[in-house]
Amino acid sequence: MLSIKDLHVSIGEKEIIKGLSLDVPAGEVHAIMGPNGAGKSTLSYTLAGRSGYAVTEGSATLNGEDLLGLDPSERAAKGVFLSFQYPLEIPGVPTLTFIRAALNAQRKTRGEPECTAPQFLKLAREAAAKLKMDFDMLKRPLNVGFSGGEKKRMEILQMAILQPSFLILDETDSGLDIDALKIVSEGVNAMRAPDRAMLVITHYQRLLDYIKPDRVHVLAGGRIVASGGPELALELEAKGYDQYAKAAA
Amino acid sequence: MAAVKQTVEHVASLEADKYKHGFVTDIAQDFAEKGLNTDTVRFISAKKNEPQWMLDWRLAAFERWLELEEPKWAKLNFPRIDYQDLYYYAAPSTKEGPLSLDEVDPELLATYAKLGIPLREQEVLAGVKGAPRYAVDAVFDSVSVVTTFKKELAEAGVIFCSMSEAVREHPELVRQYLGTVVPTSDNYFACLNAAVFSDGSFVYVPPGVRCPMELSTYFRINAENTGQFERTLIIADKGAYVSYLEGCTAPMRDENQLHAAVVELVLLDDAEIKYSTVQNWYPGDADGKGGIYNFVTKRADCRGDRSKVSWTQVETGSAITWKYPSCVLRGEDSVGEFYSIAVTNGRQQADTGTKMIHLGKGSRSRIIAKGISAGRSSSTYRGLVSAHQKASGARNFTQCDSLLIGKHCSAHTVPYIEAKTASAKFEHEATTTRLSEDQLFYAMQRGLGQEEAVQLLVNGFVREVLQELPMEFAVEAQKLVAISLEGSVG
Repeated sequence: MLSIKDLHVSIGEKEIIKGLSLDVPAGEVHAIMGPNGAGKSTLSYTLAGRSGYAVTEGSATLNGEDLLGLDPSERAAKGVFLSFQYPLEIPGVPTLTFIRAALNAQRKTRGEPECTAPQFLKLAREAAAKLKMDFDMLKRPLNVGFSGGEKKRMEILQMAILQPSFLILDETDSGLDIDALKIVSEGVNAMRAPDRAMLVITHYQRLLDYIKPDRVHVLAGGRIVASGGPELALELEAKGYDQYAKAAA
Repeated sequence: MAAVKQTVEHVASLEADKYKHGFVTDIAQDFAEKGLNTDTVRFISAKKNEPQWMLDWRLAAFERWLELEEPKWAKLNFPRIDYQDLYYYAAPSTKEGPLSLDEVDPELLATYAKLGIPLREQEVLAGVKGAPRYAVDAVFDSVSVVTTFKKELAEAGVIFCSMSEAVREHPELVRQYLGTVVPTSDNYFACLNAAVFSDGSFVYVPPGVRCPMELSTYFRINAENTGQFERTLIIADKGAYVSYLEGCTAPMRDENQLHAAVVELVLLDDAEIKYSTVQNWYPGDADGKGGIYNFVTKRADCRGDRSKVSWTQVETGSAITWKYPSCVLRGEDSVGEFYSIAVTNGRQQADTGTKMIHLGKGSRSRIIAKGISAGRSSSTYRGLVSAHQKASGARNFTQCDSLLIGKHCSAHTVPYIEAKTASAKFEHEATTTRLSEDQLFYAMQRGLGQEEAVQLLVNGFVREVLQELPMEFAVEAQKLVAISLEGSVG
């Protein structure tokens, strides 16, 4: 599924990611953990194609196809979805309008037929019910005046409707109370499928109690410095990142 | 999101030719001699077979105009206009007066067909089942070429005709109301208009009548070096209601063309007028060459108690816009509303806004102004909200939002607020934001292409105002905003 080889990324003059390699096969959930400033968000933005993140070396492919030469909307159409750490507010654009425009834009890029209004409403209602969201909320402008938890839930709702094949969850647990964390995790777990993969980026182990990873990687100093099973997350929780930060420096 | 899709497709189809109304109609035309003097005024009046009182009114205005000076207070920068180097009258060479469609030059009919304006009543009827009908007055340069649905409107008691026809056929109404909202000496451009206005629309809706269809006027400037000076007068008698739309286009020409219109609205007790404008005059090219100079005076006089007027404007065209549709809220509990979208791109300059003059007790007003600037353009909101000492309990809410796209444009907000009664309650909110890279990235991450993402964000920004427009105009306006901003990000 996702294959990253010797990736180097700079912001301005400063190199943030310094030779990162990672394989996430279809059907698996991988967690990336690391201290602040390790390059976690840089990795997620680079994969999604944000401007200002210059790839100086290396490659990233999804199902063997190059990602780095595509613009963000083309990557989205290929199935890349980034759940933002801080979802943006879109004033004046009702949530339903936004998601349907996104869905149909992706379909158009892929050469698929449009989703009609009735089909879309059905999808949206089902997704909202699963995430225990009031459907009327979807008539309001996207994320405007929503709480942090509501915004995160809205990201998962978009994910459920857009059905991407590769999910990147960037600090999805931040700003969530325990109840919201459960609902969001259930939403994410419902997306697990043999033809889908996930990259869960988090600072804390807490989220991984709810979204069980197949592999855990430690990112420090712009490289993967350790990889292991779910037990690695527990070990990090107990011992902290210090050993890795030193190793990276 | 059919509208967005349509917008995007429309933008794509226009890539090669951005301003689609830029063609010139090749047609025989009568001109007045270039320049402006009392003979020009007499010529226009004679062309229209006007009665003596009308000519006297024009001549008085002309005398007054000679003493006035062009206003300089607006944040606009343009070379001096040589008023002697213009034609003040241009008309297709046909017999004067309203024509039946069979008599209209086929070139003209083709022009309107190309612009998408239905001049044949059956064309409107033949449209989509259930589609709202609207009557059209088509003004080509200085004259009205045709007015549709007159008969059906007359059955409801509504008078809808060209201004020239109204002067001849309904002199009592014209004499009673003309110039009572915008006096001839009101300002430089309104005064010029009073002297040389050539045509425009006239509407009278009698007491208690709800006008059975939307009325619209479609202005087209075609001739070179020609000023268009139309004058519109709408009277809603007691308890009457009318919704009126105007649309404007002009060919692409290297010279600047002058447009100085006057619109007067009169509202008696319990009357309501909804006046919508989609202005798409040629804005000039990317370097600022050519384009329309648009100096317009629009004012509504809410004379009657509980009368209500609503101005909605979408301004995307013109090289220079100087326009402040205003409401004089004289009647008790009268209501004035102003909803505006002003889009500037390239080298366009817009100085636009409104005046809400509260004279009546309990009068209320609401202003929602959205400015979008791109390219090297400049957009200014200028507004006045005032309350007379007798206007106890007057209320106003004003919201001015500016959206900047790119790094070389500017937006300015100049609100004036004067309250002479302690019981007035005025609120003013203003924001200026730049189209955010973060929002664009977010929308694109979800699958929207760049142009489409800009569209969606801009549509969100102007949505409050678009909602005020009649449905078919809202779609048109959304497309226009899209086209005007095409290529402004990237």
